[in-house]
Amino acid sequence: MLGYYLQMAVRSLRRNVALTALMVVAVGVGIGASMTALTALRSMSADPIPDKSGRLFTPQLDIWGPQRNQPDSGGNGDRLPTGLTYRDAVAFMNAHKAARQAVMYAVGLYVRPAAGRPLQAQGHAVSADFFSMFETPFASGGPWGQKQDDNRESVVVLGARLAARAFPGADAVGRTLNLGGRDYRVVGVLKPWAPLPRFYDLNSGAFGEGEEFLLPFATAVERQINTNGFESCNETPTGGWEAHLNSSCAWIQFWAELPTAAQVRDFRTWMLNYAAEQRRLGRFHWPPRVALHDVVDWLVYNKVVPAAVRAISLAANSFLVVCLLNAVGVMLARFASRAKEFGLRRALGASRRNVFLQCITESILIGLLGGALGLVLTAIGLSGLRQLLGMTDPASAVHRLIALDTGMVVITLAVAVGATVCAALYPMLRASRVQPAWQLKVE
Amino acid sequence: MDILPILRALVRSKTGAILIGLQIALTLAMLCNSLSIILQFGERMRQPAGIDEANIFILQTAYVDDPPDIKARLQGDLAALRALPGVIDADTSITLPLLGYGYNEGLGLKPDQKFPTATANVYHVTDHGLATYGLKLLAGRWFHPDEVIDLRFYANVAPASIVVTRELARTLFPAGNALGQQVWFSPTQSSRIIGVVDSVAGPQRGGSESMYLPEIPLNKSANYVVRTRPGMQAAAMRAAPDRLYRLVNDRIIRQVLPFSGIRQRTFQLDRTVSIVLAVVCALLLVVTACGIVGLTMYWVARRRRQIGMRRALGARRIDILAYFHTENLLIAGAGVALGIGLALAANLWLARSMELTRVSAVYVCGGALLVLALCQLAVLWPALRAASIPPAVATRAS
Repeated sequence: MLGYYLQMAVRSLRRNVALTALMVVAVGVGIGASMTALTALRSMSADPIPDKSGRLFTPQLDIWGPQRNQPDSGGNGDRLPTGLTYRDAVAFMNAHKAARQAVMYAVGLYVRPAAGRPLQAQGHAVSADFFSMFETPFASGGPWGQKQDDNRESVVVLGARLAARAFPGADAVGRTLNLGGRDYRVVGVLKPWAPLPRFYDLNSGAFGEGEEFLLPFATAVERQINTNGFESCNETPTGGWEAHLNSSCAWIQFWAELPTAAQVRDFRTWMLNYAAEQRRLGRFHWPPRVALHDVVDWLVYNKVVPAAVRAISLAANSFLVVCLLNAVGVMLARFASRAKEFGLRRALGASRRNVFLQCITESILIGLLGGALGLVLTAIGLSGLRQLLGMTDPASAVHRLIALDTGMVVITLAVAVGATVCAALYPMLRASRVQPAWQLKVE
Repeated sequence: MDILPILRALVRSKTGAILIGLQIALTLAMLCNSLSIILQFGERMRQPAGIDEANIFILQTAYVDDPPDIKARLQGDLAALRALPGVIDADTSITLPLLGYGYNEGLGLKPDQKFPTATANVYHVTDHGLATYGLKLLAGRWFHPDEVIDLRFYANVAPASIVVTRELARTLFPAGNALGQQVWFSPTQSSRIIGVVDSVAGPQRGGSESMYLPEIPLNKSANYVVRTRPGMQAAAMRAAPDRLYRLVNDRIIRQVLPFSGIRQRTFQLDRTVSIVLAVVCALLLVVTACGIVGLTMYWVARRRRQIGMRRALGARRIDILAYFHTENLLIAGAGVALGIGLALAANLWLARSMELTRVSAVYVCGGALLVLALCQLAVLWPALRAASIPPAVATRAS
C-alpha cells in the first residue's frame, strides 16, 4: 500500500512542478535559516563537560563589599567578582573541603623551539587535581601529582599542538622545554583537548584553542609569572608581587568536584563560615555573601552566549514559522484544487483514512525534499557564518563549533518532515472530509 | 468601492486570509526589530575612535629574556620605528581605543571621597602621544618629556599631571573649569589636569570618559602604536618587524595590525548579526510576497466563473483589480495591526536582554507602510490576471 501511495504522491507532485517547487523551497529556506541559527546557538551553549557538569562547582565571594564602584564583570547585578583573590584561593585549597579541587589562572609564556624564532604560547597555571577533575585526555605520559605541587617542581604538561611544534616527530615526555626562560621537564602530552566554551576560565576567553601548556600553580606563583588573562581589581595595588598576592584583586579561578547534594550544602556552609570569619578578623566590613555555581549555571551567569546570537535565533525561528504558514497556504490551495480527485477516490471506495494517508505520504515527501534543500542551505549558511566570524581555519577547535554533525543532520530532516506534516495537518483533514457525491455532482 | 461584500467573501474563506494575516504580522514584527537592531549596531560600529584611525597600526612584541635595561630597549625600538620612512610618530601603550581590554580608575574631587566622581578609562602615553594618536587638544597643553614616569608592575604612582577627554572633564567639572584642577586617585595620590582633548573611545566599546597618564609601561611585552603619513601604512607595516628584529633578534612579534583590523575584530559579532538579520529579513519579505501571490492566484482560479459573471454584468477591469487590492488591504491591514503589537512585545524582550534602546515609532510606521506596499505589489499580478478574465467565461462553462 505504501508503494502505491508513494507512486501517487510522486505523480501528483510532478503534475504541478511550480507549486511543488514553491512548497519545497519554502520549507527548505525556512529549515535552512532556523537550523543555521540553531547549530550556532546549540554549539555555543553546549555543555562542555556533559558527564560531570553537575558535579563541578566554582565559588564566588563578596570580597569588595557594597562600596565597590566599578562595573561588575559578571554583569548580573550581584556585583560579585568572577574570580577569587590569591589569599582566598589558597585558603580554599588548604581547607580541603572537596574530594577534588584545583586553582588556576591564565599565563602566556614564550617557548624556544628546537629551531627558529621563539614563539608565544598560551596556557594555564593549575594545581594537580585539574587533570583528574576535568578528565584531560593524555596522549603520552600523565599529570603531575600533589608532591610536585608541594615541592614547586619545574614540570609541564604540553598541549598536542605545542608538543608537535616544539618536538616534531618525537615523544616529548621526559624532554626539557624552555618556557619563559626557565627549563621545565615534560611529564605528559595531551591529546587535542579544547572544551568549548572553556568553562573553567570563561573571562580569559571562552572560545579559543586548547591549552598549549599547563604548569604547576605553586611554581608559577613562586616565579612571579603574572596572569595575562582575567584580573579584576577594585583598587590598584602597589608594592610589587607580594602586594599583588595580598591584594583584593580577583584573578584566580577555583573549581571543586562535589558529587553529592550534601557535599554542595557543606561547601556552601563552609564558605559562609569563611566569609564570617574574615569579617570577624576585620577584613570584610559587610555581611557574608557567597555563591556556588555548577558548570551550566556558570555559563549562564557569565552570559557566554551573547544576546545577539539569541536574537538571531529568535529571528530564524520566526522565519521558519512564516515559511511553514506559507506552506500551509500552498498546501491548502493544492489539496482544495484536487477535491474532485479525492471525491472520485472516495466514490470508488477509498476510506477517509486512505485519502488521509495519501495526503500524509505526499507531505512527508515534500518535507524530505525540503529538508534535503534545507541541509544544503544550512551548510551554506554555516560556512557563511564562519566567514563572517573569521573562523576560516578548518583545523582549529573553534571551527568545529559552527559545523554540521550527524546529530544535526538527523534533527534537520526530522524537523523538516515534522514541521511539514504539522503544516499539512489542517489541509489534509479538509481534503479527507470531502463529500464524494457533492464533488462529483458539480459541473 | 463597497467593502461589505469583500468582507463577507473573506469571512466565508477565512483560513487563507488568517494564514496570510499571520505571516504579515510576523514579518512586520521581525522587520521592525531587525531594522532597529541593524541601525543601532551600525551606529555603534561607526562610532569614531577619536584617533587618526586610517593611519595608525599596532605592533605587539615581547622580549624573550628578562632585559635589565628594558626602558632603553623600548626607547630604542620606538626610535627605530619613528625613523622608518613615512612614519609620523610612534608610542607605546597597554591599550588602545576599541582594542577590547584595558582598565579604568575612579577619580575624586576630594582626597577622602567614599564614591568616586567619575570612572575613567586609562591610557598611557609619552610626550609623543599627541602626535602618535593625532589627538585634538582643546585646552591646555600636552606632556613634556620630563613629566613621563616609569610604570612598573603593580607599583603605581599617580603622575603629577594628566590630560583628560572633554567628556571626563565635563563629568568631573560640569562648570567647565577642569583645566588646572586637582583630582584624587586615592586618599594619598593626586594629579593636576594640564590639558583637555577631544572625545576618544574607550578600550571597550562605548564610554569616552578617558584620561591620559604620562607613564611608560615597562613590561617584557609591549604594544607599539605607529602613525604614518597617508598611503605609507602598508610599507611601514612591512618594514617594521625586520627593523625591530635587527635591533634585537631574540624577541617575539606577535601581531602587526592596522587599526581598521582592530575595529573589524571588535565589531565582528555586531557585523555578523547585522548581516544575518538583513539576509533573513530580505528572505522573509520574499517568502511573504510569494505566499500572497500563491494564495491570491488560488483564489482567482477558484472564482474564475464568479469574476466572469461580474464582468458580464458590467463590472470593469478596474473594478476587479480594485476588488483584489481592497481585499488584500483588509487582510494586510489586520496583519499589520497584529504585527505592531507583536513588534512591540518582541522589542520589550530585546531591549531588556540586549541593552538596546526601544524601537522608535518611526521604524514601526515605516515598516508597516513598507509591508502594506509590498502586499499591494504582490497582489498586482494575480489581480491583473483576474481582471483579464473575459466575461465570456460566465456563459462558456457547464
